[in-house]
This record gives sequence, structure tokens and C-alpha cells, in this order.
Amino acid sequence: MTLPQAPEEDVVLSSRARLARNVGDMPFIHTASEDQRRAIMASVLPALAGDAAAESTQWTDLETAPTLHRRLLFEQHLISRQHADARGPRGVSVSDDMAMSVMLNEEDHVRMHAIAPGLQPGVCFERIRDFDIALEPLVGWAFHERWGYLSACPTNTGTGIRFSAMLHLPALRLTRELEKVRQAAKDLHLAVRGYYGEGSESSGNFYQVSNQITLGCSEEELLDRFVNTIVPGIVNYERSARQVLLKRDRVAVVDRIERDLAILRSARLLKVDEAMRRLSSIRLGCCLDIIKTIPLQEVNELFHDIQSGHLQNAADATLSPIQSQEARAALVRKRLDAR
Amino acid sequence: MKCDRCNKPAVVHQVIIKNGSHREIHLCADHAAEAGVPNPGQQPINQLMTKVGPASPRAAMPACRCCGATLTRIRKDALFGCPSCYDTFGKAINIMIERAQGGATHHVGRGPGGSERDEARRLESRRLVEELDQAVRAEQYERAAEIKAKLASLAEQPPSPKAES
Repeated sequence: MTLPQAPEEDVVLSSRARLARNVGDMPFIHTASEDQRRAIMASVLPALAGDAAAESTQWTDLETAPTLHRRLLFEQHLISRQHADARGPRGVSVSDDMAMSVMLNEEDHVRMHAIAPGLQPGVCFERIRDFDIALEPLVGWAFHERWGYLSACPTNTGTGIRFSAMLHLPALRLTRELEKVRQAAKDLHLAVRGYYGEGSESSGNFYQVSNQITLGCSEEELLDRFVNTIVPGIVNYERSARQVLLKRDRVAVVDRIERDLAILRSARLLKVDEAMRRLSSIRLGCCLDIIKTIPLQEVNELFHDIQSGHLQNAADATLSPIQSQEARAALVRKRLDAR
Repeated sequence: MKCDRCNKPAVVHQVIIKNGSHREIHLCADHAAEAGVPNPGQQPINQLMTKVGPASPRAAMPACRCCGATLTRIRKDALFGCPSCYDTFGKAINIMIERAQGGATHHVGRGPGGSERDEARRLESRRLVEELDQAVRAEQYERAAEIKAKLASLAEQPPSPKAES
């Protein structure tokens, strides 16, 4: 039996917290000139490089970084797609454990962001809050007595905090209950996005749920509601749907999971969408104790490792689409065959 | 912020842009009356409403003096140009923020320094702004002026030293 390693990991792949901050006396990114963007970086970088934040980080200048390196950072959820693909002065500082990143000149001047496995947004929040407190006196964030921390977009003004959880909801999708989740999320002012964040569709039955409101609630209130009410509500709904599926037609569920495992163990070409879909099935099998020989952690890592940037990085070469499919299938076979 | 002519808190703030240059005026209620500058807290409610209503192309608000953003552009893009826009466009943007934030009207939570005293100050500020809204709605302009003075005084207090960890 696979033992739980992180809180609620059967449904929650990972949690994140991010803070949006802007330098007090500079225009927001979309109106800032190139010189002003460089000035923003010049005012924040010394604080990042100093030891005030007690975090060892690695700086990457995204203006000059190779495409593959930017792609890898995006696939690891350390930068957004927008930050990877944009032009002009911008960069990211990544902690040594790759669990925290600070993006400069993304949608806001500074976006601090931490990730942890399972349902642990509090751990993420503490980390970026400490970082924020260390940076604040060195940089001086834009703050308004009424509106709190100011942002270009009014949806981020206030605390600037956004909590999110990457949820694996295959049973709710199979039982066609997802629309109810979406509607409930809308009523609770939550955003539901896909695996790759803003603007992306679901892949592998992963859905990223996050708070949309950043004003009128303290960071602690938001966190408490997110951890103790919102996410558990969806987690329990998914767990119930899994039990309904098993009770209603256990043989069909096991058949589907075992077929997907067999295909992944023998495929010679795999597109990313197909791999995500079938790995989602394997993940469900691990959580339902149908697959007992593959650790859940191994499957979780595969979702990252099958992305094209990771494959090219491992091959140390630029891969054509067909070469990527071949490399992906080989990797999945190797990782699943060994069990 | 203090009055340009005395030490009382300023309740009237104006930015005058002429021939490409701008000048700021900050006056207390007495000196505003003396100079004939209308105090927004003492204007009839219908005049206030015209300022928060849809922008008329003929009576557009001046652009932000820091970044040049106009109210029309901000409403169209749903993006502010710079931190000063939040003050420049005042009430005209309140509805936009409140809609984006599910009706929330004030920040609650940590601020610069993050100490409890600052938190108490923010809560007090939030309470005063709510009182001010009520006073303006009830057309109690003298009361509104008093609350404004308290808010200005609160805003002038220096942030408390960072709490020791």
C-alpha cells in the first residue's frame, strides 16, 4: 500500500502561495519603459542578492537566457508562460531547493512564489511572507492606506496574496460532476484553471483552484478559509466520487487503469496529452490501491519529466516532435517497467 | 498632509495642470473656503455623484501626472498605470476595484512593518473611511470634514518600528 507522504496527496498534487508587490515610485510594468524596467530590477536585485532574506537563490536573466532554460523553468512552475515568452528586462531568482521563486518584471514588479507538495499552502505562505518582510525595508513597496499593496490589476490589490492548489479530479470528471465544482468555485470567488495556470485548459485531470479576492480579508483569514473549507470541500467531493465509481463498476475502473498501465509500458510514441491522460489514470490507480507497485511520488514526478523541455534537457539536444514522442515513451516505459 | 498656509490637516487637494506643468494645492477647510476652492466634503450629494458616474468625453478627468494614464484607458484595460493612479482618480475608480474584489472596500491584513500597532492603525483607518462614506451619504458635511481631518492625521503618523523577532 502507498503511504501518504504529503497532506491530502491523493487529491492535492501541490499547493502554492504567491505575493504580488510593486516598487513604490515606479510605473507598473505595462506602462514602464525599458529603462524603467531596468531601474526596477536594479532596485530589487541587490536586496535579492543580499542575505537579509536568509534564502540562497540563483538568479536567471530571462532576457538573455536560452529558450530551453526558460521552458524548463516554466514546466517546473517556477515562472509563468507569460514570463517565459515575454521580451525585455526581466528575470527570476530561484531558491536552491527549487521550491521558491521571485519573478521580476512579470505582471507586477515582483512576484514571490512558493510551492509545496500536497495541501500545504501555509508552509508556502510563511516562506514568502518572511521573504517579503525581509525585502520590504530594502525596496519599499507601493502601499495605500485604503487599498493595501497596490498592483496594476485591481484583482491583485490588497494583500496581493494568492493561494492555489493543484487538484487531481479524475473521478469528478468521469462522473460528470465537474461543472458543479466550477459553479461552486465561481460563487465562492475562486478561479479554476488548468495544469499550466492562467489561460490553460485541464491536462491529466488537473485543475488549479485559487482565490480571486485579495482585498478585505487578511492573509490569515484567506489561508484559513482555503485550507479548512474550500479545498477540503473539493477533496471530499472527489473522494466520494471515487468511491461511487468503485461501488458502481469496480471492474470497469480496474480495467481502464490496467489498460492504461499496459499501454504506457509498451508504447513507442507518446504525445504529451496522451501521456498526461494515461498517467492520470495510473495516479488514480495508486490512490485507490489498485496499483500497488508504483509509488505515487514516481507518478507525480513523471508529470514534470514528460514535458518537452525536460525531455530535451535530459537528451541534451533539440528534439523534433516525433523525437520528443519517442523519448517520452522510452522514459515512461523505463520508469514504469522497473516496478 | 498639512495645509499649504497653516499647520492644520489639509482636506482639499487639487492638481492644476497648465501649459504642460503641474502644481499641487493642499488646503485646510478654512483656507479652502477663503480661497474659494470647493471642498468635496461640503458639496451637495448630486454634485458628488456626477463625479463618480460614467466619464463624459467633454469632462474627462486629467491624466495621471506620474504616468500619463487616463481614466478612459484605465477603465478600458482594467489596469492602473502606476501607484499614483489610485489617488489621482479617487472615487472614479472605487467601483472598479470593488467590483473586481467581490464588493470589498478596504484592505485588511499586513502592511509595511507588519506590527500590531500598524494593524490597529489600518483597522482604525478602515472604520473612519466607512464612517466618512456614511456621513457623505447622509449629507452630514461637518461630520465628514471632522472624519477627514482624523484620517489625514492618522495617515501622517510615522509607521511603527519593525517588531523584534
